Amino acid sequence: MEMFAFSEAAGVEDAIRAGAESGTAQQGARVRFVAGGTTLLDLMKLDVERPLAVVDINGLPLDTVTKLTDGRLKIGALVRNSDLAYHPDVRSNYAVLSQALLSGASAQLRNMATTGGNLLQRTRCMYFRNRALPCNKREPGSGCSAIEGENRSLAILGTSAHCIATNPSDMNVALTALGAVIQIEGTAGKREVPIEAFFFEPGDTPERENVLDPGDLVTSVTLPPPPQNCSQVYLKLRDRASYEFALASAAIVASVDNGTFSYIRVALGGVASKPWRSLEAEEQLYDQPVDEASFRRAADAALAGARPQSRNGFKIELAKRCIVHALGVATAS
Amino acid sequence: MRPTEVFAPAEPPADGQSARKNQLAVTLRVNGESVALQIDPRTTLLDCLRETMRLTGTKKGCDHGQCGACTVHVNGRRVNSCLTFAVMHQGDDITTIEGLGRPGSLHPVQAAFLEHDAYQCGYCTPGQIMSAAALLEEPCGATDADVKEAMSGNICRCGAYPNIVSAIQDVRSER
Ligand SMILES: Cc1cc2nc3c(=O)[nH]c(=O)nc-3n(C[C@H](O)[C@H](O)[C@H](O)COP(=O)(O)OP(=O)(O)OC[C@H]3O[C@@H](n4cnc5c(N)ncnc54)[C@H](O)[C@@H]3O)c2cc1C
Ligand code: SF4
Ligand code: FES
Ligand code: FES
Repeated sequence: MEMFAFSEAAGVEDAIRAGAESGTAQQGARVRFVAGGTTLLDLMKLDVERPLAVVDINGLPLDTVTKLTDGRLKIGALVRNSDLAYHPDVRSNYAVLSQALLSGASAQLRNMATTGGNLLQRTRCMYFRNRALPCNKREPGSGCSAIEGENRSLAILGTSAHCIATNPSDMNVALTALGAVIQIEGTAGKREVPIEAFFFEPGDTPERENVLDPGDLVTSVTLPPPPQNCSQVYLKLRDRASYEFALASAAIVASVDNGTFSYIRVALGGVASKPWRSLEAEEQLYDQPVDEASFRRAADAALAGARPQSRNGFKIELAKRCIVHALGVATAS
Repeated sequence: MRPTEVFAPAEPPADGQSARKNQLAVTLRVNGESVALQIDPRTTLLDCLRETMRLTGTKKGCDHGQCGACTVHVNGRRVNSCLTFAVMHQGDDITTIEGLGRPGSLHPVQAAFLEHDAYQCGYCTPGQIMSAAALLEEPCGATDADVKEAMSGNICRCGAYPNIVSAIQDVRSER
């Protein structure tokens, strides 16, 4: 690990000022905030992250969950994954988020990991993590080792000829199904970005993953008022039963009226370059009867644009079955 | 525990600066005792405990959050000490396996691990015990499957899992 200057941010402004010294907030950043540290230290030990300055933001007052007067739920960027998963409001009104958080990592990691850090966790692509091999995300223009290599766990949706990495977060999939909005404070003031606009597909700049600029601090994530009369399900499929990333996952928020879908949100994880909302699946379900045939049509539509690689073609059928099964669980009465 | 004895302060810097340039002063409270240290900011809490303070009960397996051997309690919660910098823990209450119980006054989880033979080589055991002790205070269902899920962050290469689960269930049934 390379030497860095360590400091503790005295306040939000202080953190923004320190972060603004970096040339980028994306891959290659020279200033990094540290929250739980479970992504940052992991990558610093591999020399994939090499910040000259590490700014500890754990002292900032961003660690509370608040119900806003308009019914939204505001989650501070420093709320730990375990605290969020067990928060009474989240358990009862945003169950898909609680389930997704508890399906991720381990109890120890969830005690450390924060909302902001989880949002910004990096891909688990083994070439990204290994400096000896080419990777466009880590070293722009060097090539993508995964396309001709070990790509079994990588993405089939939203990829490009330059990068096929997955966004590995479970939390992000649930936040996408719930329509979360990200609050950011930076050198130009405050702004809000819906989660669907927060992440970029790789295109020809896979090193640029999201909207953040130097100095930008994620301060909170808000959820819309709880969806009424909806059932919520997060289903995660993986190589082992726990402490493992998703090969495919689905977050479902659904409401059924007179036997047909009156509200539906479908988001996918483990198969796409960013947390993936499937408008195609949702379109297939609205006003449709709640039965296996509808589920299967939705699943086919969701994966219609999938581009398999040499070793991850199995993910197409896996993701379809994941959607079908999750819809079944969500609508079982 | 006399960590201050084994931690030799940096040599007086020859040019008055450089030798200490990258050392930060930090006071850590470990197992109830406050210790003032000078450490490189890159030092993880795990390396600080093991190398600087010579508390070698906490183990290093993977150094990347993937095994749980390094589990300690920070302010009563279990965490992986390999993925956090020691300088981030000024003012925190840190408990390691050395502080959990002592020969003669074992923590109930330690006693149960002995009774149930919940280990083979013992390398993962300090992490398993720290994890299990914290689990007692967490929301966790009653079944063996619930315990397995809650303990999945601790890998055992010897596969002592069945006895680990029965040791933990034994302690829980006594509470
Ligand atoms: C072994 C292992 C298994 C895992 N398994 C899973 C899994 O199954 N599912 C899953 O979803 N995740 C999993 N994870 C990933 C884990 O969830 C993330 O590492 C964690 O959520 C990151 O949060 P953090 O607070 O520790 O982030 P940090 O490491 O502190 O930060 C991550 C990045 O975000 C930046 N950052 C942090 N907070 C802010 C902020 N407020 N504003 C701007 N930038 C910020 C940091 O600068 C850094 O670049 C696993 C991790 C490990 C090590
Ligand atoms: S898939 Fe993306 S992260 Fe993985 S090697 Fe290719 S460019 Fe790098
Ligand atoms: S050494 Fe920390 S989890 Fe393996
Ligand atoms: S007892 Fe040997 S690793 Fe668990």
